[in-house]
Amino acid sequence: MDLKDKLLSSHLVFEDRSDMGSYVNNLRNDAIKVFQEKGFPSKKDEAWKYTSLNKVLSEDYCVFPKQETALEYNDVKKYFIHDIDTYKIVFIDGKYSSHLSQTTHEGIDVCLMSSALCKPKYRLVIENYFNKAAESDSLSALNTAFSSEGAYIHIPKNKLVEKPIQIIHFSTGNEAAIMLQPRNLIVVDENSHVQIIERHQSLTNNPVLTNSVTEIFAAKRAIVDYYKIQNDNANASLIDNTFIKQKQSSLASVHTFSFGGKLTRNNLNFYQNGERIDSTLKGVTIIGNKQHVDHNTLVHHIEPNCESHQDYKGIFDENSTGVFNGKVVVEKEAQKTNAFQANNNILVSDKATINTKPQLEIFADDVKCSHGCTIGQLDESAMFYMQSRGIPKKEAKALLMFAFSNDVLSSVKIPELKQRITKIIANKLGVSLGFDL
Amino acid sequence: MLKINDLHASVEDKDILKGINLEVKPGEVHAIMGPNGSGKSTLASVIAGKEDYEVQKGSISFNGEAIEELDAEERAHKGIFLSFQYPVEIPGVSVTNFIKTAINESRKAQGLEEMPAKDMLKLIREKADLLEIDRNFLSRSLNEGFSGGEKKRNEIFQMAMLDPKLAILDETDSGLDIDALRIVANGVNKLKSKDNSVIVITHYQRLLDYIVPDYVHVLYKGKIVKSGTKELAHELEAKGYDWIKEEVNA
Repeated sequence: MDLKDKLLSSHLVFEDRSDMGSYVNNLRNDAIKVFQEKGFPSKKDEAWKYTSLNKVLSEDYCVFPKQETALEYNDVKKYFIHDIDTYKIVFIDGKYSSHLSQTTHEGIDVCLMSSALCKPKYRLVIENYFNKAAESDSLSALNTAFSSEGAYIHIPKNKLVEKPIQIIHFSTGNEAAIMLQPRNLIVVDENSHVQIIERHQSLTNNPVLTNSVTEIFAAKRAIVDYYKIQNDNANASLIDNTFIKQKQSSLASVHTFSFGGKLTRNNLNFYQNGERIDSTLKGVTIIGNKQHVDHNTLVHHIEPNCESHQDYKGIFDENSTGVFNGKVVVEKEAQKTNAFQANNNILVSDKATINTKPQLEIFADDVKCSHGCTIGQLDESAMFYMQSRGIPKKEAKALLMFAFSNDVLSSVKIPELKQRITKIIANKLGVSLGFDL
Repeated sequence: MLKINDLHASVEDKDILKGINLEVKPGEVHAIMGPNGSGKSTLASVIAGKEDYEVQKGSISFNGEAIEELDAEERAHKGIFLSFQYPVEIPGVSVTNFIKTAINESRKAQGLEEMPAKDMLKLIREKADLLEIDRNFLSRSLNEGFSGGEKKRNEIFQMAMLDPKLAILDETDSGLDIDALRIVANGVNKLKSKDNSVIVITHYQRLLDYIVPDYVHVLYKGKIVKSGTKELAHELEAKGYDWIKEEVNA
């Protein structure tokens, strides 16, 4: 039985367990029909031209893990940003781990989707926001069809959340292969500010496929900073579908750091519903050894006087492949839009590939839109400069890569996170630089 | 200290150096002058170990050891320093962190421990003062947004920190106003001793008023066509290079 059939038949079982007739359950039933009709995307779809899911879909994934597993904090501490106080929402093989989590209901809600879906006090928020940003593409629909667990974050008006929130998904390898479909909902009301860090981490080499959907709503003047750390094991693949709806004068940023994993596809979509909105999409990708990272972004400028900033850097070694497909739509009403997009790549090896495609659809006539993509090699004269000062090749290469990524790294607002990311990069490049950047 | 024997070098199959002979002894200052495209910067890069250049013939020895097969960083660890005509910008890496890395990598190569942070700080302050470098400057990204003068001053600051046996200054005077030139030259002079040597590569006599050479060589078409003392530099300043070209071509 192929994965699609398996999912379709599993859904029948899933339906029995769900609360019949509820708002979300109706959505699930509609969504499974969408998935049944569309199936998994293939290379024939324009948006998937350079990324094939065939290999990833060929595993025999367990869709509902049978047993629950406990993890000791000390064994997985290194995957947390642990040197600062944070809220934590942690899942093990798709199941919530209260042991590793630190949630709250004091003034703000940082908790789980499963409880938000069944408790009446969250019903209004769920009915107002759940699935209101996500598109009905087949993968998002598939996630909706199985949606039951994930992070639920609601920040009411005028709250500055001082501690960052970490959302971490572990997979333990207890199943030979597992498919996870976390569903996150983040609602940030007027004037509020929140910082969120998301990570998916497999603890063994057993295949993992995660198809996640995150919906984020930023109300007037809200500030949302979202960081994704993608540094998973070699057999873990991730399809990340993130949808952000912004209202007037809000600021939202998503930074994506992709260093690990087998196949990573980021579908990142911003919708601007209001004036003076600012959207930031940045990413650093450093991969090698058959890894594949695909950034598929959309910024939809709907109203006047808004900005968007996209800056994606990629360093590709060995036989790795990168894809960048950045779409910017500026509607007729969206005058005075300022949309900036850059995608810079370095191919370290002759066997590495990057496919980069900016896509601008501009219907307004008084806008500033720029885009640029570059593909190059490591700067030989810069290498020589550093070597001539006594810095060996490997370290010189690492310094150049840091310098190349600096525009993205420097806008990370949590210093401990920035430090952690530079450490991950240094480890990946096998250097110790003796200082923090 | 440095002995170059019948050196031929090419880049991308283009012959640039065509038989250079040069000997630099400890404590000496040599100036290498010559018209554009004569091979001056190539010579500097070949001594420092740039990979693009291929040594086809001849030898370079440094303190009695053949170095033409060594990587650039290995030559740096042995005490060769090249001040670049166009220093490279490295965003996100501060001047201080860069020089710390450079010094500790050199120490590592020599089997030494990293320099204690306190000593490093003291050394940085001392050398920054020598070159009249502002403290704030040290925390800026290396060469990023630096003026021409700042870049060159930063090169000599790094030279002061690394304390090389042989310093090659490639067009260090280009892009400098007279005050910056004086500061840079002053720094070089203060670092000079009877044990280390300097090769100054320049178009103009100007820098040589401050850093006074023991010998002046004229490079033309990949060869040293004339050598003399500092008076040769004055003559070149007055008469230009045409008379040398005529002599060679005759």
